[in-house]
Amino acid sequence: MTSSVKPLIPDDDAARLAAAFGRRGFMAGGVAGGLAATPLFAPGHAHAQAAAPGAEEITVDQARTAPIPIVLPSLGTGVAQQITDVISADLGNSGLFRPISATMPQGTPDFPTFKAMGARAVMTGRVMDQGSSLRVEFRLWDVPTGTQIQGTAYTAAAQDWRRIAHIIADVIYGRLLGEQGYFNSRIAYIARSGPRSHQVTRLAIMDQDGADSRYLTNGQWLTLMPRFNPSNSELAFLSYANYRPRVYLFNLSTGQQRILGDFSGISFAPRFSPDGSSVVLSVTRGGGSDIYVVDLATMARRQLTASGAIDTSPSFSPDGSQIVFNSDRGGAPQLYIMSASGGDAKRISYGHGNYGSPVWSPRGDLIAFARIANGSFSLGVMAPDGTGERILTEGFTVESPSFCPNGRVLAFCRQSSGGSNGAGFATGISTIDITGFHERALPAGSASDPAWSPLNK
Amino acid sequence: MKLKLFGAVGMALLLAACSDHANKNVNTGAATQQVGPAPGSEADLVATAGDRVLFAFDKSGLSDDAKATLDKQAAWLAKYPQVHVQIAGNCDDRGTEEYNIALGERRANAAHDYLVAKGVDASRLTTISYGKDRPTAPGDDESAWSQNRNAITAVQ
Repeated sequence: MTSSVKPLIPDDDAARLAAAFGRRGFMAGGVAGGLAATPLFAPGHAHAQAAAPGAEEITVDQARTAPIPIVLPSLGTGVAQQITDVISADLGNSGLFRPISATMPQGTPDFPTFKAMGARAVMTGRVMDQGSSLRVEFRLWDVPTGTQIQGTAYTAAAQDWRRIAHIIADVIYGRLLGEQGYFNSRIAYIARSGPRSHQVTRLAIMDQDGADSRYLTNGQWLTLMPRFNPSNSELAFLSYANYRPRVYLFNLSTGQQRILGDFSGISFAPRFSPDGSSVVLSVTRGGGSDIYVVDLATMARRQLTASGAIDTSPSFSPDGSQIVFNSDRGGAPQLYIMSASGGDAKRISYGHGNYGSPVWSPRGDLIAFARIANGSFSLGVMAPDGTGERILTEGFTVESPSFCPNGRVLAFCRQSSGGSNGAGFATGISTIDITGFHERALPAGSASDPAWSPLNK
Repeated sequence: MKLKLFGAVGMALLLAACSDHANKNVNTGAATQQVGPAPGSEADLVATAGDRVLFAFDKSGLSDDAKATLDKQAAWLAKYPQVHVQIAGNCDDRGTEEYNIALGERRANAAHDYLVAKGVDASRLTTISYGKDRPTAPGDDESAWSQNRNAITAVQ
């Protein structure tokens, strides 16, 4: 058996996550302890080494066409099996991996067997129940070369087992695709209940796979449009509290809410700047709405548009230099781009129908949007210069796109027609790859307005 | 607003009591019993003037029907100068959530401005928009959508 055994460097993610887990807020589950990640060197290897080999010859585009076969043996029974299941679901649902279940190999995997199965990589590991905490040892092996490409032991509070599983899935994604994963992240959304004519709406949050959902507000007031700040500590959202619809900030550590600015019109459609220092939003005035940016340190506001038309749904480019927004200044709602300091705007949408809800990809290369034509919705992407428009999915209503942290997947709201009496109405959250594949509904129940978080800290 | 509402209801009860006095068939003694809606009430607005105007898709222009309704609302408001109202703009669900918040406000604003032009003191009027989140008709066909594109005047 080949055994050019290479060491295992604890990757940067693991160290960063470990450092950050010590200061988790109540939203993360009220866990007292942190999460520690330590390196596991390959068997027989004596420490300190050059960088472990990646597998960056496999690109996301290639994996989309030919999902990476990865052997994911059960890590054990009970919580160990649950961790295995979450890792497998994360990787499988991405569409970029083909999980293969197998019996658990101990020690160095039997590479010829796995090679014969066509596997590209294999995970090994074990879970040690230490009472209130868990230790999860995880190794990732490259089957063609028979080398360990990652080895890390995670220790965390027992109730954090899902978090560990998502981190491991992210490490596998990162090591095999050369890009940061997105599994250790959350989705804020609006949970909906009651009759359609007057739905009860609650601000809610869940893991990106739909697990561990919880309400943040009690449903007293109509609540819409949550957005995460870049440091994952705060949500901006629209609340109709006291029948004055305004943008509020919700602190995810303390649960405290505060109004953002004191605008005379309705303030809505907030989004944070990429550096988190400001929020851009829309404020109604007369028959239209203007776009403002509010500095969070000083609460000073600056008006960016004054077209007299409806200017709304602003979203920053990831470098913070530009803003894409929705405006009917030309007669019907279309997409425009302007400098982040305001000024002239250039229209970028020219397809059939009305456009709205633009959101700039964190990668910078795409703008996702909703399009409405002939009474039905489409969800699509285009380049920031308006070229290369592609429709990803269609439906009665598909809107509110939100990118996952690495820009490879969109969450969105899908609604079905109520028919003549409303009985057919259903609303839920789905995800779809930016190429239009792997659409799947998240188990979030009756919901809308998904907002994907940055990677958890 | 609570006080204003109370004032309006109080006056309505008073008027109801007066009319009851003339009604020999009253035998419950309930001061609230009456034949029609209490003058100055929401129900009275609906019965007398109509509480809502409808709009075309993605439009906020007032049709002749809408203007006729608002004329009646203005006359009704002139009759009850103590009444404050809120105009809520609404949309069908064939627009995005965010755009529809602004479109609903634009519709409410169109009704607001018309009432002001007809002499209603702007201090008696407020506007709000619910976008597509408070549909009058729960369905999704042209009949439902046409009802859901509206501005609804409500006594505060």
